[in-house]
Amino acid sequence: MFFRDQGEMLPPRTAPITEVGLVGWLRINLFSSYGNAALTLISLAILLLVVPPFIDWVLIKAQFSGDSGEACSGIGACWAWVDQRLGQFFYGFYPAEAHWRVNVTAILLVPAILYVLVDNMPGAKFGRWFSYVYPLLAAYLLVGGFGLEVIQTDKFGGFMLNMVVGLTGIVLSLPIGVLLALGRQSRLPVIRLLCIAFIEAVRGVPLITLLFVAIVLLQLFLPPEVSLDQLLRVIIMVTLFASAYMAEVVRGGLQAIPKGQIEGAQAVGLGYWQTMRLIVLPQALRISIPGIVNTFIGLFKDTTLVIIIGLFDLLGHARLLQTNPDWIGDVDHEAYLFSAAVFFLVCFLMSRYSVSLEKQLSKDRH
Amino acid sequence: MSTATPEAAGASDVPIIEISNLNKWFGAFHVLRDINLSVAAQERVVICGPSGSGKSTLIRCINRLEDHQEGSIVVDGTPLTRNLKNIDLVRRDIGMVFQQFNLFPHLTILENCTLGPIWVRKMPRQAAEEIAKKFLDRVQILDQAAKYPGQLSGGQQQRAAIARALCMEPRVMLFDEPTSALDPEMIKEVLDVMTGLAESGMTMLIVSHEMGFAAQVADRMIFMDDGQIVEENTPDAFFNNPQSDRTKLFLSQILRH
Ligand SMILES: Nc1ncnc2c1ncn2[C@@H]1O[C@H](COP(=O)(O)OP(=O)(O)O)[C@@H](O)[C@H]1O
Ligand SMILES: [Mg+2]
Repeated sequence: MFFRDQGEMLPPRTAPITEVGLVGWLRINLFSSYGNAALTLISLAILLLVVPPFIDWVLIKAQFSGDSGEACSGIGACWAWVDQRLGQFFYGFYPAEAHWRVNVTAILLVPAILYVLVDNMPGAKFGRWFSYVYPLLAAYLLVGGFGLEVIQTDKFGGFMLNMVVGLTGIVLSLPIGVLLALGRQSRLPVIRLLCIAFIEAVRGVPLITLLFVAIVLLQLFLPPEVSLDQLLRVIIMVTLFASAYMAEVVRGGLQAIPKGQIEGAQAVGLGYWQTMRLIVLPQALRISIPGIVNTFIGLFKDTTLVIIIGLFDLLGHARLLQTNPDWIGDVDHEAYLFSAAVFFLVCFLMSRYSVSLEKQLSKDRH
Repeated sequence: MSTATPEAAGASDVPIIEISNLNKWFGAFHVLRDINLSVAAQERVVICGPSGSGKSTLIRCINRLEDHQEGSIVVDGTPLTRNLKNIDLVRRDIGMVFQQFNLFPHLTILENCTLGPIWVRKMPRQAAEEIAKKFLDRVQILDQAAKYPGQLSGGQQQRAAIARALCMEPRVMLFDEPTSALDPEMIKEVLDVMTGLAESGMTMLIVSHEMGFAAQVADRMIFMDDGQIVEENTPDAFFNNPQSDRTKLFLSQILRH
């Protein structure tokens, strides 16, 4: 027999240490089997081999000040150029006394984007209008005229150039891509053939070729007295290029919408454009979000190709820095690393937004 | 828009739907052959027949979800041709309920119902919502108005689809096997709504194999086979004394279940 006093009761037992806390987590996620454990150890070894030396180079042994490459030891990274050249990396050759115009444009971009992307912002009604007007406002601020000093677009450069080309392309390529995708499914043979021909032609040619066409060939077809702004040509080509890809992404979404949806809309009496706008596209675009954002990211990175036709974007200035006699041979890695980090940041934000949007939309519906 | 109201015309002599010598092909396949059919105001017509006989195609021609190659279809005085204006007019007069409901999954039940009133009838949102609520109440799912279609049972979805069609205040309702996609326990709630609709005087053209419901509601039964109307009669004569062998065979098969 065996009994115990109430007072002697053992405290409730905690779960075995192997299933909770850090140890439990490690067990479940990293060491659940021999194979898994081996992979974990190998990954750990690689990280140990790579990360500490990288941090050592990039921060600890790095040189942060100086007027030329000579200030740098060569043991650590050379960041001395940042002080002198950061402006060029972001503004290109845009006149320094007008940098405020770029800054204002960049700051206003934040609410313009938020009012489009985020629901339930305070003052949403006014905010939407601001977003629609923003492109004009941005063009006015950056180019000038009407009281502001005019700045030629060949002064645009650095990351600002990437943003101008990239954002314009993003904003225009989605609606154009949607129209192309709808056209590709049109019952009217002329429209369908034109759209297919455009999409296939553009997709079949590298963007670089299109940019050369924009600069060299386009002038052959235009009357000599017409000269289209160089930046404008680049934007047009980048936009058209992305639109062709966008059209195919959207077409995939359109094909996933059951025919019954269109018939349901027709039976209610909606016309073609109403059916597309209210019923088909909201569903098709929702499905296509990952592909759309993927195309945006691709487009944004492709803006670096303007270097081919003599425009200096962020990457262009990174290259320029390396050929500068003061810095030659000392900043090869650093300038590229810096450019890569800036591009990564923007693309990563886009990708995160796409994930959160998908999550939110799937939550809404069920 | 028509000026003739069923009351003024006196129930069953002015046809709302007038189909004559209708022929339709899918490519080389002759799917509808010499169909003649007229449906009077406030009449209830039930169409049955074996699968593939062209029942869906016939009623889809009536609101131009399919086009036809020969013959004519006139709805409420408007002939169905390539003329887009006529098609819009006809669709405004006709409500349709599908086997698969075809509700819009990205819109709430209420939004599904207000879409037509707002965008086609150009009503202000508030008036559209009042109409929508009235009909959702009538099919007894007003309490589901804020939900999305995916959150409803099949029977509820089909009733919502009926409400959506009614919100256009159509003169004719077409039903294409409205209970065929439903679990058995949900069929009755949909049929009850349809019976109520019939009692309220709605003109209805129904493709259905629910013979009990048909016997109760129909003014006229139509049997189709192989793209043709084989037999056409009152429910009483149709069920108790079918004329053609094909009808007899079909009825014996379907009533055995
Ligand atoms: N869009 C189409 N293209 C080609 N054939 C079709 C199409 N729709 C229906 N059919 C054919 O037409 C015939 C009649 O179809 P349907 O009207 O749906 O019959 P039911 O509704 O009586 O079962 C069937 O043989 C079907 O395969
Ligand atoms: Mg059918």
